[in-house]
Amino acid sequence: MFDLQWLLIAIPLASGLGLLVWGKEGDRFGHLIGTVASALSFLFGVVLFASLLGKDGEDRSQSTKLFTWIDAGSFHVDMGFTFDQLSGLFVLLITGVGTLIHVYSIGYMAHDERRRRFFAFLNIFIAAMLTLVLASDYLVLFLGWEGVGLASYLLIGFWQHKDSAAAAAKKAFVVNRVGDLGMALGIMLMFTEFGTSSIHAVNGAITGASGSVATALGLLLLLGACGKSAQVPLQSWLLDAMEGPTPVSALIHAATMVTAGVYLVVRSNGIFDASEAARTAVIVVGLVTLLAGAWIGCAKDDIKKALAGSTMSQIGYMMLAAGLGPAGYAFAIFHLITHGFFKANMFLGAGSVMHGMNDDVEMRHYGGLRTFMPITFATFGLGYLAIIGVPPFAGFWSKDKIIEAAFGQNVWVGLGALLGAGVTAFYMTRLMIMTFFSEKRWREEVHPHESPRVMTWPLIGLAALSAVGGILLVSDWISEWLEPITGHAEHEELAIPAIVLTLIITVVVLIGVAAAVFFYNREPIAAETPADSSVSIFARAGRHELYGNELNDAVVVRPTRHLTRFLVWFDGKGVDGFVTGVADRLGDTSQFLRKPQTGYVRSYALTMFGGVAVLVLALLAVTLA
Amino acid sequence: MNEYITLSLILFTIGCVGVLVRRNAIVVFMCIELMLNATNLAFVSFSRQNGNLDGQVAAFFVMVVAAAEVVVGLSIIVSIYRARRSASVDEASLLKS
Repeated sequence: MFDLQWLLIAIPLASGLGLLVWGKEGDRFGHLIGTVASALSFLFGVVLFASLLGKDGEDRSQSTKLFTWIDAGSFHVDMGFTFDQLSGLFVLLITGVGTLIHVYSIGYMAHDERRRRFFAFLNIFIAAMLTLVLASDYLVLFLGWEGVGLASYLLIGFWQHKDSAAAAAKKAFVVNRVGDLGMALGIMLMFTEFGTSSIHAVNGAITGASGSVATALGLLLLLGACGKSAQVPLQSWLLDAMEGPTPVSALIHAATMVTAGVYLVVRSNGIFDASEAARTAVIVVGLVTLLAGAWIGCAKDDIKKALAGSTMSQIGYMMLAAGLGPAGYAFAIFHLITHGFFKANMFLGAGSVMHGMNDDVEMRHYGGLRTFMPITFATFGLGYLAIIGVPPFAGFWSKDKIIEAAFGQNVWVGLGALLGAGVTAFYMTRLMIMTFFSEKRWREEVHPHESPRVMTWPLIGLAALSAVGGILLVSDWISEWLEPITGHAEHEELAIPAIVLTLIITVVVLIGVAAAVFFYNREPIAAETPADSSVSIFARAGRHELYGNELNDAVVVRPTRHLTRFLVWFDGKGVDGFVTGVADRLGDTSQFLRKPQTGYVRSYALTMFGGVAVLVLALLAVTLA
Repeated sequence: MNEYITLSLILFTIGCVGVLVRRNAIVVFMCIELMLNATNLAFVSFSRQNGNLDGQVAAFFVMVVAAAEVVVGLSIIVSIYRARRSASVDEASLLKS
């Protein structure tokens, strides 16, 4: 049965490509086909996962080879897939959350005349993402990696008539290219060092290689992960990516694609285990991003951008956990899954709110929506409780474990993660107050209403998952489940008992909530965003995304522009100057030569006589001499 | 002997100057004929001096060619005259750059 795992990818891919070429008749039922394809993939994934549960030990990693993809000399790449404990979890997350978001999109995109194309792109994304997680070779993984990048580009720019959406799509693509460069170089390095790019072989052979190779590989893969997962310094594209339709933000830019970087780090655990330096780099990147994202989330008034900052921050948590080595891999994946639930839930909730508010994303125009959108409010509330880490909701279990592991590594890293938890509570409470509580600040002609049932049911499903997602941790199930892949970790004893740490975390979270309530319930919230000059320097920096775009402009964009200008100048004056210069000189010469062509026969005759005379004289001179 | 050559040179010079200074196409044409005949005279004289017939043969060739040239040249001049009511070589200067 596992020989058929390629069907997981083939079903949505066939559906996606089919929908693209179908033509107008497909408009009536294209969205249904797309949803069914995703659901079929999910059901098959469940069957495979269930049979994986029935096996034990070595049998839980099932590889198949579809065909030989590249066979050139000593370079050999198989189109092969591996369904194991890790990719199994991902398959369920991608297709499960993906299917719910497909259902939601039926309602959300109902009035869009290009809905069929939207579903085609979603299907292609699912196929590419499944290729990414099922691949058993880094090159096949790279194929999926680029595939999700393409789908992300197409979907961010789905409303291409908006200049901002087209620009955001381009930005995401270009920034991702930087990360992909790291990936590509990493795969080349694998080939030169080990002669193969098979994930299993590379991670097995790494222990025999020199430390510098492992470090270089780790850093290159980390660069790739930074691009895809919007980690500092390649974070700038994620906030702009919110230009895409909201289901896209939920599926691609919250639940699945942006976590591909974390998957890559965990999947390459052999490489990272072999290099202390690379692991430290992952921790630093994760910690910086988790604080930067939380900071941005505190300052944005655009509901989707606030959630995007939060996504950055939560992926920072996962990165941080992944950088902790075997002690953290399982928790990184655990948080990834719970985050997939609650963040997809909240993004879809935000979409539901926007749906009722005439597509307004400005939280300052919301307020008091809890009575008008009870289901959205309730589901969003569950996501909120999950993300800030209130027991017993999903986020509590995963974040708690990560912070505990971080303290096991280093006190400062642990404190950073703890601070992040407090800030998370602050900005999420702020978002809740501005959207669902406080007084109405609606624009005119806005009539908030609950979304249709096709949109609320996925919300309910995801909210339920956000509530009970912590069940995966029961008796350390997820750690044991992933142990064959991530390696065994000795449980480190902290200086303080774990239960005390949990209490401290909860207190920090409550302080964050209380601070937000204090600041945002004190006086009515302004219906317009206060000017930059009237807010504190922290809020200003957060609003400008910590000046990441300005930094990119100064370091990369402007120098490149100057270089381009110089090259254009050189091309115009230097290269073209030479070519046209030759032609110009030839023209001048002919201008000069045509002067004697007077048209008077007599002057021609004179020239001829002169010539003959000279000839005769020359001959005479020669003969006489 | 020298007299013949001198006469030939004088005739040639007259023809040459005529070609260069006269405007009337007919006169120019006649001057060309003059030059041809001057050369013929030189040919024949040298032939006589050297005692072989090569020069005379060349003179006959020149005559034949001159006859053909007269036919073509005169017809060109006549057609130019018909088109422009003038036989001036300076006015037929359409081929200037």
